[in-house]
Amino acid sequence: MQIPAPFDYVRASSVDNALALLDRHGAESRVVAGGHSLLPMMKLRLARPDWLIDINDLYELDYLLVDGPVLRIGAMTRHTTLLESDDVRRLFPIITDAEHVIADPIVRNRGTIGGSLCQADPAEDLSTVCHVLDAVAVVRGPAGERMLSMAEFHRGPYETAVAQNELLIEVRVPIRAGSGSAYEKVERRVGDWAVAAAGASVTLAADGTISKATVGLTAVGLDRNVTEVEAVLVGQVPTEQLFAEAGQLAADACDPLADQRGPIDYKRHLADELTRRVLRVACSRAAASVPDVTIQEG
Amino acid sequence: MTILEDRPSNPAAGDHDRPIGHGRMQRKEDPRFVRGKGRYVDDIVLPGMLHGAILRAPVAHARLVSIDTSEALAHPKVLAVITGTDLQALGLAWAPTLSMDVQAVLVTDKVRFQGQEVAFVVAEDRYAARDALELIQVEYDVLPPVVDARKAMDPGAPVIRDDLPGRTDNHIFDWEAGDKAETDAVFASADVVVKQEIVYPRVHPAPMETCGAVADFDPIDGRLTLYETTQAPHAHRTLFAMVSGIPEHKIRVVSPDIGGGFGNKVGIYPGYILAVVGSIVTGKPVKWVEDRSENLMSTSFARDYIMQGEIAATKDGKILALRTNVLADHGAFNATAQPTKYPAGFFHIFTGSYDLAAAHCTVTGVYTNKAPGGVAYACSFRVTEAVYLVERMVDILARKLDMDPAELRLKNFIRKEQFPYANKTGWEYDSGDYEPTMRLSMKMAGYDELRREQKEKRERGELMGIGISFFTETVGAGPRKDMDILGLGMADGAELRIHPTGKAVVRISVQSQGQGHETTFAQIVAEEIGIPPEDIDVVHGDTDQTPFGLGTYGSRSTPVSGAAVALVARKVREKARFIAAAMLETRPEDLEWEKGRWFVKGDPSVGKTMAEIAMGAHGTVALPEGIDGNLDAEVTYDPPNLTFPFGAYICVVDVDPGTGHVKVRRFIAVDDCGTRINPMIIEGQIHGGLTDGVGMALMEIIEFDDEGNCLGGSFMDYLIPTAMEVPDWETGFTVTPSPHHPIGAKGVGESATVGSPPAVVNAVVDALTPFGVVHMDMPCTPARVWEAMQGGTRPPV
Ligand SMILES: Cc1cc2nc3c(=O)[nH]c(=O)nc-3n(C[C@H](O)[C@H](O)[C@H](O)COP(=O)(O)OP(=O)(O)OC[C@H]3O[C@@H](n4cnc5c(N)ncnc54)[C@H](O)[C@@H]3O)c2cc1C
Repeated sequence: MQIPAPFDYVRASSVDNALALLDRHGAESRVVAGGHSLLPMMKLRLARPDWLIDINDLYELDYLLVDGPVLRIGAMTRHTTLLESDDVRRLFPIITDAEHVIADPIVRNRGTIGGSLCQADPAEDLSTVCHVLDAVAVVRGPAGERMLSMAEFHRGPYETAVAQNELLIEVRVPIRAGSGSAYEKVERRVGDWAVAAAGASVTLAADGTISKATVGLTAVGLDRNVTEVEAVLVGQVPTEQLFAEAGQLAADACDPLADQRGPIDYKRHLADELTRRVLRVACSRAAASVPDVTIQEG
Repeated sequence: MTILEDRPSNPAAGDHDRPIGHGRMQRKEDPRFVRGKGRYVDDIVLPGMLHGAILRAPVAHARLVSIDTSEALAHPKVLAVITGTDLQALGLAWAPTLSMDVQAVLVTDKVRFQGQEVAFVVAEDRYAARDALELIQVEYDVLPPVVDARKAMDPGAPVIRDDLPGRTDNHIFDWEAGDKAETDAVFASADVVVKQEIVYPRVHPAPMETCGAVADFDPIDGRLTLYETTQAPHAHRTLFAMVSGIPEHKIRVVSPDIGGGFGNKVGIYPGYILAVVGSIVTGKPVKWVEDRSENLMSTSFARDYIMQGEIAATKDGKILALRTNVLADHGAFNATAQPTKYPAGFFHIFTGSYDLAAAHCTVTGVYTNKAPGGVAYACSFRVTEAVYLVERMVDILARKLDMDPAELRLKNFIRKEQFPYANKTGWEYDSGDYEPTMRLSMKMAGYDELRREQKEKRERGELMGIGISFFTETVGAGPRKDMDILGLGMADGAELRIHPTGKAVVRISVQSQGQGHETTFAQIVAEEIGIPPEDIDVVHGDTDQTPFGLGTYGSRSTPVSGAAVALVARKVREKARFIAAAMLETRPEDLEWEKGRWFVKGDPSVGKTMAEIAMGAHGTVALPEGIDGNLDAEVTYDPPNLTFPFGAYICVVDVDPGTGHVKVRRFIAVDDCGTRINPMIIEGQIHGGLTDGVGMALMEIIEFDDEGNCLGGSFMDYLIPTAMEVPDWETGFTVTPSPHHPIGAKGVGESATVGSPPAVVNAVVDALTPFGVVHMDMPCTPARVWEAMQGGTRPPV
């Protein structure tokens, strides 16, 4: 049994209550959502909060809502809910793809999108997905609500724009017609964190050309989208040749570290390989939602 | 003999065709496990019990400068803090290992591996004990570590074991088997010789239940009761008596339900000794249970063999000889568990299943700044390493000769008529009939069809691999004349009592960590004396209640204790004959046995059942001279030889050419473990072992960085396989009984762990043939497979 350092515990009853508790207990207090990142770190005594503020009673943050042009995801939405949602699968298959390969059912039953994004682990999958989907993070604090783009929200490994006395409340994902998306990850074993992963979202115009394309990478030292690919892809008809060019750009853009999961050249290779794969799938999914468009081979 | 089991392989209800004796009965121990009512060491709570926690070294090699425990002692819930200096005063700072070395219980002079035990805190609860560890101030003077075994013997390498008088290097032992001159001569004249360095990296058994103990020393009568996660309770009792000075009759070791052992729970760890010292010091029971990281970082690892293999053959594929030099990394203390005579365990069975003209091996053991161990993880005393070496070398030879690996094996098997077979390194294989087993596996796999599919796929650029492994195990240690551990002969006792109402209790010396002994041993007795297994209780794991024996590891329970149990049952059966004769007023020689009953020859209607005889034995019947008034017996079984189970495994993998990811698509396992007792339990053992094998082949490794930091200290870093990584196992069997075992059984607990890693690796290497890959070392992670595809295979250490 691994035993954390001593701490006090309190259950928040509402978002306002949670914010008040964070304010009252100050710098050494942390909220706990699914606990699947925070508790392991506490057991290893890498995290030592004095106070744990449990937000699992905040059911008002556990929702998935198609609201006009956006999908609104409450911060306490569990991985399992995202995995099993038909709306999510239909609108953003990249989320379903990613959720399939995040941890295992036990972790997915508890872990939340809010916790994932706030943890901002460099190998965390949903941050990449949210970057790729141009999601907006809704953050609330004593001074009220702020809306942050992922670029503003996600500052780097383990670092976000959420202040100690703030909560991530919601993630908003814009819905775009004619879009397709995909995510693929290489892992050493089911449930392991990514060796590397890639996500892509593509929007096709009526003429079958790419009108918008984003690619993101996980666990290879890039905390932003591979913006370099846009210039290559946009306005073009999707081809394998194009995907290969994008793959090369992704490989060039990333900055992986060597570790037990693999050496740098392998991870760079995966950035390329997985970028091609997710673009291929995203394009064909987009094509399926745009009549009369087929993807050319080769 | 080769038979195919006609029973379904699904142990569904109704498949209970022979409820007495051998057969696929449900396990007797399962009701308590499936209800969550097992009783493990950590479930034991004694009145007034305290809790211990170990402070461990953060670095791999360092001189201990000072240790200040005052702040920890001031913690309101802390009762004692024990350091190496305290133990020194008691003469307990060092304890003997199972390999005649010594190991520090707590560091006195120098830290020798990361995670080594530095101090022990005893507190009122677990939380306080853990918190108090942070209050101990230790000053270390960090030294350069020896991490790479290849450099351990370099001149100028830091000397790890300067505690040993006269030590000037890190050498532990040199050992050899076989005839070097004869082997060299065969090699010199062979048509074909291939060489390969083969590394079997360090892995860890990682049982679900970590190690722990509850020590209860009674200061009034000087009695020690020790509940322990041990696979060898009797051997531990003797060792504790020798180490602590507590007389052996005052020590009771209890091994309750154990959540997996795999050899991880054979040795005596400092934590067990510290729990005892804690109880003596405080006068209260003390519980110590390690956490997952402690288990992975400090307890017995497995393997860590760097093997230089060489195989010689004629150009038409007759294998002539095998030789190898092995560098064995034993960590900081030589604490491997194996019979004394064999410092490299049974590695010298590396000639495998083949009829060779010559073979020779040398093994050099060295110290490094890593956790001690080496013999664990269902390895049958290093048969794992041996099988891996020979089965990889045979595949490499097949590639060189451009021969099908199945064909090459079939051509070189020891033939049925050669058994009992004396190999070139001193073993006598008891029985075998390899070809039918191999052919059955090929039939089940659809081998030719698979090769056709592979050919087609290769043309399309898809990577499919087929790997074969044919292993011969040597298990059931062992004959007393050859085998002992610290002077204790490897024989096992058994006692059987039949109560007046005909119900039986059999007491055995081996202990189960999940192998199903309570069922299997009842079935053996049932078969011999005709009482239903439900009416036979198996008592094990408590030294006060069971006869002496050396414990469960090396697949020895069925070969040794299973034989003891069969023989003790036969003894009771013979005794029953005399009592029945007295009851029937006839002569014993006029009686005939049918299962469960002695009857008068020629008049089957006149007889006595075992229950009637049991009542008679304990009743008023006038008993013949020399027959006591009971129906009990005891034996100690000294096995005449080891047993040699074998099997043919075929693995099919698909490799993603873009990512290097390996998917095990199929796995066919045909095992021959001699007479089969409970096929369902056998299949369970095989399924578990195959999963281990896939884990080792694809993902498991305990790595260290240059400073000697262990990189496998949690299940996030030390990966073990899940149901998602393994296919539906396809199992089959043949039966070649052991000629010297009373019921012909050979043991099967480790077969699949021993036999499966080469099948998986052979399949991966086979898949990578288009890239010119001839060998790659485990683990075949996506990154390592991809590197191999780029022509850059590198050893994992
Ligand atoms: C074995 C295992 C494997 C895993 N594998 C993967 C994987 O492959 N891919 C992957 O992406 N993830 C993986 N995870 C992580 C998992 O997805 C976690 O659930 C997730 O990272 C954190 O979510 P949580 O709700 O558990 O957060 P918690 O652990 O409760 O919290 C994490 C951090 O976020 C803060 N926080 C939580 N919610 C909020 C909020 N609403 N506002 C502000 N701060 C908040 C907490 O204070 C804490 O600092 C794995 C976890 C485990 C245990």
